[in-house]
Amino acid sequence: MTSASAGGPLHQRTLAELADGLGKGEFSSRELTGALLARIEGHGETLNAFITVTAEGAMLQADRADKARANGDAGPLNGLPIVHKDLFCTKDVLTTCGSKMLQDFVSPYDAAVVERLSQAGAVMLAKTNMDEFAMGSSNETSFFGPVGNPWDTRLSPGGSSGGSAAAVAARLLPAATGTDTGGSIRQPAALTGTVGLKPTYGRVSRFGMVAFASSLDQAGVITRSAEDAAMLLGVMAGIDPRDSTCVDHPVPDYVAGLQKSVAGLKIGVVRQHFDEGLDAQCAQRVRDSLAALEHVGAKLVEIDLPNIGLSVPTYYVVAPAECSSNMSRFDGVRFGHRCDDPEDLFDLYSRTRGEGFGAEVKRRIMTGTYVLSAGYYDAYYLKAQKVRQLISRDFKDAFANVDVIAGPTTPTAAFAIGEKTDDPITMYLNDIYTIGANLAGLPGISVPCGFVDGLPVGLQLVGPHFAEETVLSCAHQYQLLTDWHTQGPENFA
Amino acid sequence: MSLTKQQVQHVATLARLKLEDSEVADVVGKLSRIVDFVDQLQAADTDDVVPMAHPLNMSQRLRADEVSEPNQRDIAQRNASSTAKGYYLVPKVLE
Repeated sequence: MTSASAGGPLHQRTLAELADGLGKGEFSSRELTGALLARIEGHGETLNAFITVTAEGAMLQADRADKARANGDAGPLNGLPIVHKDLFCTKDVLTTCGSKMLQDFVSPYDAAVVERLSQAGAVMLAKTNMDEFAMGSSNETSFFGPVGNPWDTRLSPGGSSGGSAAAVAARLLPAATGTDTGGSIRQPAALTGTVGLKPTYGRVSRFGMVAFASSLDQAGVITRSAEDAAMLLGVMAGIDPRDSTCVDHPVPDYVAGLQKSVAGLKIGVVRQHFDEGLDAQCAQRVRDSLAALEHVGAKLVEIDLPNIGLSVPTYYVVAPAECSSNMSRFDGVRFGHRCDDPEDLFDLYSRTRGEGFGAEVKRRIMTGTYVLSAGYYDAYYLKAQKVRQLISRDFKDAFANVDVIAGPTTPTAAFAIGEKTDDPITMYLNDIYTIGANLAGLPGISVPCGFVDGLPVGLQLVGPHFAEETVLSCAHQYQLLTDWHTQGPENFA
Repeated sequence: MSLTKQQVQHVATLARLKLEDSEVADVVGKLSRIVDFVDQLQAADTDDVVPMAHPLNMSQRLRADEVSEPNQRDIAQRNASSTAKGYYLVPKVLE
């Protein structure tokens, strides 16, 4: 394992360290962008982490950033590198969603997240690989093939934001955007030893973010430090009239908020999260990290979330139901794949969709269509929406007594590519600890908290609605106490 | 509960998804497994619980019904496979 230091090679530095170097004129954005593009070229293919590399556009943006700095006009992220998960629409650049359906799709506009980061001066270097339409927990459902985990390329980096997590873990980029519908930012962050932040539902605009399950999807980031996640969230968060579910709530200075000590912070530890499903060594790492926080003044409180055990089945009704409606837009007419020589309209729709979607996406559309169909709506969809309310209420009750809830992000460390593809339920259970936050719309973060047999393990922190400051400061304070996040995979030093 | 091949074909028709013959057996098996799994929900006591329609239990924000953007049809149509005179083409619907 290798450790980063502020004066080390550019690719080992965090966003905050790079901002400092750019500010001091130690290097230009052109130099930084060039160095990272060279690293992407060398390692990107080994990992299959990217679908599109935008080298030319990146150099143009870097030059623009250098010019802006020279003119005293630098934005908060001026000249800093970023890559976007390939379901954020990017003007004039492919947005494939990891699907054959959209393999040639070029968006006419930028997603709000892309637009805000770009306006702040960030430089986009690539679009990252992902599970098809974000439906998967291993990056294996991508039409463009699986992504390797930099800690052992035979293993999965998790998913669906697998390319983003692998790129950040392999020190190809300090930061990547991702989306999280059931754990798609936090789970791959945990399995690759990176930081993954999923904000509160409605904190960040979903405009231009291709929808999977609209009441669960939220945009966030994968970085190597909580500090970097705070820097990015400050730019990404805030009201956007183009997304009617985006909430008009003040955006605090997340970086300033990091300094808040954990002394007196009440951390809820969920009894149900340490049940038999959790690997014993992972449990130990999480308990050690909780003890470290307790040592600096946090108070650990055992709590119950009585209905949390139903979160995975609830999710696998609600998410596919919303997916089946969202995916109906892919009809071969306005954009995306279209079958050859359709006989009639029905043939056009069904053959286009049969050819364009992969197996997991079809399964979710089928599940969603089934639970919404006549005779099953009340028994499945309505029932799940009621249980969702119970799960959400459990969190609300818990937050009456604690400031943040902590526990494992995933039940095990990274698993082998191909290991869980035979049985959908085995794969779905990967997200057992992360799905609750999506169902209840809560912010959550995964931070590296140690290793099991050389593979990283994540500690998850979940806060009440719009308590990103608490979640981020707790994560940052933990990172001041530990150096797990500075350790990278040897083969990508 | 095991779904039948006929049920799966019916759902595929509703979803406008053509399943190849080689795919059907796998979909029947995996969909049955998923339906069995989500059946756990039936045991939950949800009497008097209001179904959750929004993750923050908020109501939808509305806006004034005003034109906010010019028509960008030409740009939008670049992604379509079949267009003519500004229209999207589909197989004949009416005889």
